[in-house]
Formats: sequence, structure tokens, C-alpha cells
Amino acid sequence: MTWMYALLALATVAIILGVLYRPLGDYMAWVYTSRKDWKIERGIYKVIGVDSKTEQTWPAYLRSVLAFSAIGVLIVYGLQRLQQWLPYSLGLTAPSEPLSFNTAVSFVTNTNWQSYSPELTVGYTVQFAGLAVQNFVSAAVGIAVAIALVRGFAYRRSGTIGNFWVDLIRGALRILLPIAVIGAIVLMIGGVIQNFNGFTTVTTLTGTTQTMPGGPVASQEVIKLLGTNGGGFFNANSSHPFENPTPWTNIFEILLMLAIPFSLPRTFGRIVGDNRQGYAILSVMAILYVASFSILTALESAGMGTAPELAGGAMEGKEQRFGIVGSTLFATTSTGTSTGAVNSMHDSYTALGGMMPMLNMMLGEVTPGGVGSGIYAILILAVIAVFISGLLIGRTPEYLGKKIGPREIKLAALYILVMPTLVLAGTAMSFAIPGIREEVESTSIWNPGIHGMSEVLYAFTSAANNNGSAFAGLTANTPWLNTALGFAMLLGRFVPIVFVLALAGSLAAQDKVPTTSGTLPTHRPMFIGLLTAVTVLVTALTFFPVLALGPLAEGLM
Amino acid sequence: MNTQARGVGRTIWVATRAMTLLTLALGVGYTLLITGIGQLALPAQANGSIVTNEDGAPVGSTLIGQSFTDEDGNPLPEYFQPRPSAAGDGYDGGASSGSNYGPENEELIAAITERKTQVAEFNGVTEDEVPADAVTASSSGLDPHISPAYAALQIARVAEARSIPAEQVRELVEAHTQGPDAGYLGESRVNVLELNIALDKLEG
Repeated sequence: MTWMYALLALATVAIILGVLYRPLGDYMAWVYTSRKDWKIERGIYKVIGVDSKTEQTWPAYLRSVLAFSAIGVLIVYGLQRLQQWLPYSLGLTAPSEPLSFNTAVSFVTNTNWQSYSPELTVGYTVQFAGLAVQNFVSAAVGIAVAIALVRGFAYRRSGTIGNFWVDLIRGALRILLPIAVIGAIVLMIGGVIQNFNGFTTVTTLTGTTQTMPGGPVASQEVIKLLGTNGGGFFNANSSHPFENPTPWTNIFEILLMLAIPFSLPRTFGRIVGDNRQGYAILSVMAILYVASFSILTALESAGMGTAPELAGGAMEGKEQRFGIVGSTLFATTSTGTSTGAVNSMHDSYTALGGMMPMLNMMLGEVTPGGVGSGIYAILILAVIAVFISGLLIGRTPEYLGKKIGPREIKLAALYILVMPTLVLAGTAMSFAIPGIREEVESTSIWNPGIHGMSEVLYAFTSAANNNGSAFAGLTANTPWLNTALGFAMLLGRFVPIVFVLALAGSLAAQDKVPTTSGTLPTHRPMFIGLLTAVTVLVTALTFFPVLALGPLAEGLM
Repeated sequence: MNTQARGVGRTIWVATRAMTLLTLALGVGYTLLITGIGQLALPAQANGSIVTNEDGAPVGSTLIGQSFTDEDGNPLPEYFQPRPSAAGDGYDGGASSGSNYGPENEELIAAITERKTQVAEFNGVTEDEVPADAVTASSSGLDPHISPAYAALQIARVAEARSIPAEQVRELVEAHTQGPDAGYLGESRVNVLELNIALDKLEG
């Protein structure tokens, strides 16, 4: 029965995404290539002082991304520190400095890691004026950077790669906002709340009292998923019945996470003028997604481990209405898209099952990855794959008519190195530096033994990949983890963006080389297989040792 | 150098204005729009799907589970019991949370063992009959549902405590059993609060 449900749920998702692929992908391509500004956009450009007709060089584009994000961090930090004076703060005071820093960075980098418990920490104004705004704009920044890279492949002998401010505003207003409004209404129909009631008290059936939370949840929930952000309005995130009330809202939320990342390959194919290239990228994403979902579902259904076997099923940390399949489909989606929302507690998954969300992130968030970040990450891997095949068959590597020379391959290689360095160094430092080790072991780790190591590994994997999910038993609200994870998020987001935009600039400056019989076709099954293998191999070689110390050891013991 | 510095300064000024404008539009404007739609068109859902008892007084939300225990925390036999909860002291709507215990955690293993014994004794069944959802804490700590298997297990006990025929309780459970959405999404489930309200109405 489980397999039947799993297959049907997967088919539902596949069919709806399949129907969306062309119209949504084409629409997004139009958004970023149209020469005409909307009237309201012209007004905005006037106010912020931008000439929408002028394109930027890659350093100018990068400078805009960084300046905009820096202002975002300052505003979210400031709103939190001023919380007690803001309206609708529910009597909450300002979070500590390290926590405010961590949260500000977390939402600006599209990570949405939460070192805090929202019910006890943030009021409504911080939620909607700080966090929800970053949910929109960090997503729009991600797509903008991806489009800049795609333009690099499409342009010839160009010194520019587009205008960041135009890409930002259009992404937010033409793509994210309309879908968010419709999605929020659908979620409210399903039972997601949207009010400013604060905490109220009801007398229960047995005559005791129960606290009932309120809040503008639907408006934030929809963009949290659509923008692959993942920061929950409540501590229990998308397992909270007010965030995700029914099995059908669960599937709807899964679709919100997948809609843009799985349609961006079409946008890419459109802009480079060859839709087949988009299908090739889509295939790689889909193959890995389906494989990961199948393995996780098999592991959780089998329910290996002392506690699940004793209970008669791996239901600890899972909601009855979602069951195993509704939980594993959400977990695969959320960790494969850099969303990081959870509708079940990954910390309580079976040992090997809990490794799968980690693996999804360690793949570099390409199954299908976050909005924008997924497609630029997989295009970097495509550059590596083309280079490797060039070495194997002795041809000059080129991708989409652009030569992959020393500069391009260096940028791609540097990109690949950033995330594993942050994950492994962060985890290692947490245990290798005596003072820190003490704090991590005594305060942060929740589950003793090997599982505790996995909690820390999961945290740095999540931060460096800008995912945001957690083995949530970990107490991350400590000076070391708030700071270290904060820097992992910052570096994990912006260092790769530097390399992506540099690569975009370098590709845009090139002319296109004509296709010859010696050109490796990058839309055929052979390339799809090659790119899939490269993606898996890079991850496996990097992370196998540390996984062997954590979930593999726990699961196979 | 100077033009470079001016460029950075200008970029920051543009960024500040852009962020301010977007905060007003996407933070304030959008939130108010959705709140307006929710409060006007979908007030029941937007305010938390509040449910009332036979006197019309609000007793909770159909979406949020609650405890059915006496003052000492002992389960009341006349009410169907929900899953164990890790939210605060149990079903605390101000502190949603799972237990986050890993699969080999000794405390979790001890808790499951104890719950199994308790549920079996409380309902007069063997431990093998106790389903997984009865001994595991949910992800939110506010799970309003139990499995049909756990509901079935409790029918005889509830009927006895209320001195009503078991068949009558069984019919009520069946009426409150919901299959998977669209026949295949999610699991079959019984809403504990709704079922218990219906039980009270039966007697009233």
C-alpha cells in the first residue's frame, strides 16, 4: 500500500510539474528578456534611481547583489534588536546579538536556518516586515544570478550580463508575488491561519486551558515554500497544523517548492535558444530526485532501528495525517530544493533515512535545487562534466558554443570547493577545538553518541548549502554555533555567487564557436548520464568519510 | 579609486531605497492584502478553525490536538486519547515541537516501552496490538489525529466508562474516520477532538 501511495503521489507531482514546465518556464524567460517595463516598475526605478535600459558588467552586477544583501542583513538585524518597540511584538523582547545576526544572515542568504523557536522569539512585525520580505527578495536574487549566468551562455562578445535591479524587481513582482497571492488563498482554504490575534486561551473540552497561537501565517507560508526559503512561522514548521493542515495542502506545498526550480531549465533552454538543453538538465534533476525519494521512502517504511522497531513503525516525529509517504516526499523536496522546511522531524528518522536529507544537500542542492541557485549549481557541474569528457575523448571542451578554457574551469572548480570546505571545516572545528567541543557536547548536542555528531554535521551541511533544515534536537542558539553557522551561510551563499557572476562575465565576453562534428552534444542521454555521474561522484568522494563516521556507522551497527 | 568609491556609495544608496520600497510592498502591503482576503472571505479558517461544544462555547481548534487528562495528568477513560506530545507539557499551542529523539536514543526507547505498557493496560489489550502512533510523539506535538487502529483499540474502554453500548461508540468512530485525501494522499485518520465532542453530545 505504501508503494502504491508513493507512486501515485509522485505521479501527481510529476504530472502537475510537467504541465507547468513549458508555460512557467517560458513565462520566466519572457520576464527576464522583455524590453518593456511595466508602468509600476518604471515608477520604482525612478524612486530607487536606476536606469533600466543600462546593463551592468559582472563586477557591477555583483556589487549590486552584495550591497542589496548587506542592507537586507542590516534591516533584519535592526528590526530584531528593536523588537520591543515594534507593534504586534506579543510582548517579546529583542533576541540576543549573536542570535539576531544568525537570523538576519539566515533569511538574507535564503537559508532560513532557525536557531530560535519562533513562538518564543519573534513577533509579527519581525516576521512580516523582516523575514517574509527576505523570503521574497532572497529568492529573487537567486533567480537573478542564475539568469545572469544563462545570459553569459547566450550573449556574444558582450561586456555586460544584465541589470541586477531590473532582474530583482521583475522576479519579485512578475513571478513571486502573483503566485504567492494565489497560493496564500489556496492555503487559507485548506485551513492555514491569517490573523493578528496573538496568543489566545481557550477552555478545552475537559475544562483545562490551552494556548492557541495566531499570526499572519498563510502570507508567509506560501513564499517560504515558493522561494525555497523554509523558515517556519512556528517552531514545528510545516508539520504545525496551522502551517500545513491536511494531506492535500501538503502536496500543494511540495508543488510550491518544486514549481520554479523544475521550470527554470525551460527558462534556461529558452534563453540559450535550444530547449533540448533544458530537457537534459531537467532529466538529471528528476533522476536524482526520484532516486532519493525512493530510497528514503524504502528506509522509513522498513523502519530499522531500536526505537522504530519497538514502536512498530518509524512514526516518532511524523504526523498521522501525512504518514510515511507524505513525510518522505516533503523531506526529499525540501532538502533537494534548498528550502529546508520540514513536516516531520529529521532527527527522529531512522539512521540511514536521516542520511538521505543530508545527501540531498551534499549533492550541492541540484535536485532540483533552490530557486535560481539550483540551476546555476547544476550549470557549474555541467561545465565540469564537459571538461572531464573533453579530457577523456581528447576534444576541446565547449558548452553551448562557449569554450571552457582555463579561466572558466578554474572558476567552476573554485565554486565546487567552497561548500565542502565549509561543511567539513565547520564540523571538524566543532569537535577539534577543546573549548568549543565542550560547549557543543554539553549544550548543543541533544542525542548522545554518534547521532549527536550527525546533528552537528547536518547543521553545517544545511548552513553551507543555504538549506535551513536541521536535526532539530541540536541547540544552535549558542555563541559558537550562531556565529560559525552564520559565517557558513554567508560564505556558502556569496562566495559561489562571486564565481558564478565571474563565469557569466567571462562567458558573455566570448564569441560562439560553431558546432562541428567534434562537438560533444550536451542534450543526449549520454551527457545526461555523464552529468548525473559527475554530480554523484563529486559528492560521494567528498563526503563518504564523514558520513561513515555519522549516519552510516549508526545505521549499520 | 575615487570613482570606484563613489560607485559603491551610490550602489548602497540604491540598495537602501530598493529594500525600503520592497519592504513596504511585500512586507506590509502584501500581508495586509492577504489578511483582508482571509478575514473577509475565509474567516473561519483564517482565525484557526475554532470548534464549539454543545453549548456553543469555543473548546479548541479542529486542527490542533489537545490533552484529555485529569488534573494529575492521568488519561480520562471516557475520552479517546491522542498521541503522546512533545509540545511543552503536552499539546501546548505556544510551544510546538517534536521530541527530536534519534532512533537509538535510550530515553526514547524507555518512553516507548513505558507507553506500550500503559496503553495496553489502560485499554485491556496486549502490547502487540498497540499501533505505532499510540506510542510515538508527533512532529508538531499538536497532531489532532490518531490512526483508525488506535481509535478501534479504545472503543471498549470509552464505552464502558460512559456506560453506553460499544456499538454506538464504534459507529461514531466510523463516522469520524477520514480516508486519505483523494483516496491516496496521506493516511486514514480520526480527529480526536471532534470525536470526543460528538461523544459528549451523544450523552447531553
